Amino acid sequence: MTMAPQLLTRRRSGIHGRQNATGWLFIAPVVIILGLFLALPVAMAAWVSVSDWTGRGSPFSGTTNFVGTENYSAILSGGGLAERDFGTALRNNFYYVILTVPLQTALSLLLAVLVNRRILKGRGFFRTAFYFPSVTSSVAITVLWLFLFSASGVVNKLLALVGVAGPNWFQDPNGVLHLLAGSLGITTPPAALAGTSFLGVSWWDWLSGPSVAMSAFILMAVFTTSGTFMLLFIAALQNLQGELQEAAMLDGATGWQRFLYVTLPMLRPTLFTVITLGLIGTWQVFDQIYTGTQGGPAKTTLTPAYLSFSTAFNNQQWGQGAAIGFLLFAIIIFFAIIQRLILRERTTVPRRKRFNPPPPQGGTK
Amino acid sequence: MTRTRTLRMATGAAAAVGALALSACGSGFSSPATSGSAEATGSGPISVLIGSSGEAETTAVKSAVADWSKTSGTQASVTVASDMVQQLSQGFASGKPADVFYVSTDQFAGFAANGSLEPYGDSLANKDDFYPGLAKAFSKDGKLYCAPKDFSTLSLVINTDKWTAAGLGDADIPTTWDGLSAAAKKLTDGPTTGLAFSPEIARVGAFFPQAGGSFVSEDGTKATINSPENVKALGFVKSLLTDGSAKYSSDLGAGWGGEAFGKGLSAMTIEGNWIGGALSKDYPDVKYRTVELPAGPKGKGTLQFTNCWGIATDSKNKPAAKKLVEQLTSTQSQIGFAKAFGVMPSVQSAAAEFKSEFPAQAASLAGAEYAQTLPSQPGAADVIKDLNAKLATLKSSDPKTILDAVQTEMTAVLAK
Repeated sequence: MTMAPQLLTRRRSGIHGRQNATGWLFIAPVVIILGLFLALPVAMAAWVSVSDWTGRGSPFSGTTNFVGTENYSAILSGGGLAERDFGTALRNNFYYVILTVPLQTALSLLLAVLVNRRILKGRGFFRTAFYFPSVTSSVAITVLWLFLFSASGVVNKLLALVGVAGPNWFQDPNGVLHLLAGSLGITTPPAALAGTSFLGVSWWDWLSGPSVAMSAFILMAVFTTSGTFMLLFIAALQNLQGELQEAAMLDGATGWQRFLYVTLPMLRPTLFTVITLGLIGTWQVFDQIYTGTQGGPAKTTLTPAYLSFSTAFNNQQWGQGAAIGFLLFAIIIFFAIIQRLILRERTTVPRRKRFNPPPPQGGTK
Repeated sequence: MTRTRTLRMATGAAAAVGALALSACGSGFSSPATSGSAEATGSGPISVLIGSSGEAETTAVKSAVADWSKTSGTQASVTVASDMVQQLSQGFASGKPADVFYVSTDQFAGFAANGSLEPYGDSLANKDDFYPGLAKAFSKDGKLYCAPKDFSTLSLVINTDKWTAAGLGDADIPTTWDGLSAAAKKLTDGPTTGLAFSPEIARVGAFFPQAGGSFVSEDGTKATINSPENVKALGFVKSLLTDGSAKYSSDLGAGWGGEAFGKGLSAMTIEGNWIGGALSKDYPDVKYRTVELPAGPKGKGTLQFTNCWGIATDSKNKPAAKKLVEQLTSTQSQIGFAKAFGVMPSVQSAAAEFKSEFPAQAASLAGAEYAQTLPSQPGAADVIKDLNAKLATLKSSDPKTILDAVQTEMTAVLAK
């Protein structure tokens, strides 16, 4: 009896040993590929961001020197063009994120709920139709968008039908909030806002809102991504049990209440995924800008991802370009954490959301 | 969706460089210090990388290089870049760049500063034949880095049908700012704007030298952007925009001045020689003539644009590359290029033949006498981009405020 467990343990560890080796062998291709194409480039970029590499020869050669945080401080506090460009890019992308993420999440949820209804005829058609923009190349859609939103394009023709003179979308650098303020008679910025600045951009300009050109990009992002996220929501909706809906119906909940208090809370994990993916995707917007406007008009569609590219490739400021990449990474992590805190699972239900008194302690969740 | 793509962008070219380093087992990088060794031997095929304007240019360059290859016995191939800057940058970083390639004025400073460009210009046999203004654009610290390939200047392009329809004659061809303003007003009619140009300093800036202004001082050390002359010039452009006789091509829904002009949205535009090719291809029915830009208070002025034939420091066969460039910039080759795709030869010895061959472009060639070049100091391209961004809202801004802001930026760049 005393021998048996020992034998068992020894044999088990032997098996584990071999399993370990086999396991490593099996994941070796992925480890090598990830190391080669992800870990190593990231490490190299990290080095470039603190070096004075000029783009010629190896960044590890003797002619490249360590310059500490010089590249980062040029972007964050240099007082020059680099700082202002970064500030402008952050401003543009911030409005892009703050408008795109809620809109695409709400729209995709709405679409998912609509096409998930059993009574809807031709659900397959609608699902395919809504998903279609997501599988189309972003470059193709950007070109399409440039045509649709040109000065004499389809969108402006449609607006003209209802008597609205449409803007010259992709050429209009005016901020939406500035236009709004202008219509209220505020055309010159208050001294308090114009005189002070952050990252080289005055507070008045921080409050400009997305430019008309950026608004067109926001519409495009909502159009292209809501299909993808609709798919996630549909999958989640189909996992929900019908019993809960029935129970809520028996309790006398209206359709809206059932959605708000039963369906939506159960979609929380999916909602988290969608918002996280949305945040990451929108902070990294690049393709559309590169194909569409290259940052113009008046730098109002400049984004950190595109700025990183143009700083490195067009201006040969490789260190600053890499530094912008890492700052963008930090921003994305920051927002993901904030979002995680807001959406975290609470163990108790807020009083105003309760149908019934809370269950006794230790009850099932 | 764009996650992987953008992550790669965020880490810059380093990704490609890193992969190269490993896959080539260490030979991917040749550090600048050791790259000189191959220079002495000077053998191997020559690769040429060009950013082509179209089929005509590609064919012309390919056949010129093939001709040279036949007579010299050195193999040579021409590649057309889809993204010139990116492909060049990747080449320089990997230590295996193309041997001969186009370099634009705004890229020149960056590539010259990091040592990617071989400063071979001073040893060229036809060095003194280049227009001094062009050679200056590609010189750094007194050294001519690369041979100017060809050039273009801005001139005033007039739609002759609209001109006569507005009751204007030869005597009305504007030679002064007042004349330009009057003609533009007369030509503005319904959907047609008198004058249209792109919202960028590469067009608007043509008025600066006419007022006696410049971008940087003669020796290139001081910014002169907010000089009273430039403020006056920009004020004149603003007055044209505000009274409606001139408009930005973007406000007319056109991508550039040539498109606005070709579509008949404007009766005049300010463009370079390249407009000829574009008009005959896309708008063959438009009748037009090209004249010199009007003189401002301080005489005539225009801007010129040029590229050069760069040779990589890391090239394995620099002697042959230099011979190829000598051949490509020779008078005869350049006249051939001019015929093929409408550029102006960068050498003075070709001027007479060019003039007799292309009388319609006499105005553009005349501009070479007094043309200025946009500043090409390191970092200046960024300042110009910022100025372009500010020009987009010129109609509602104060010219002096714009130029003051840009002056500060340019001063900071030149101080480096």
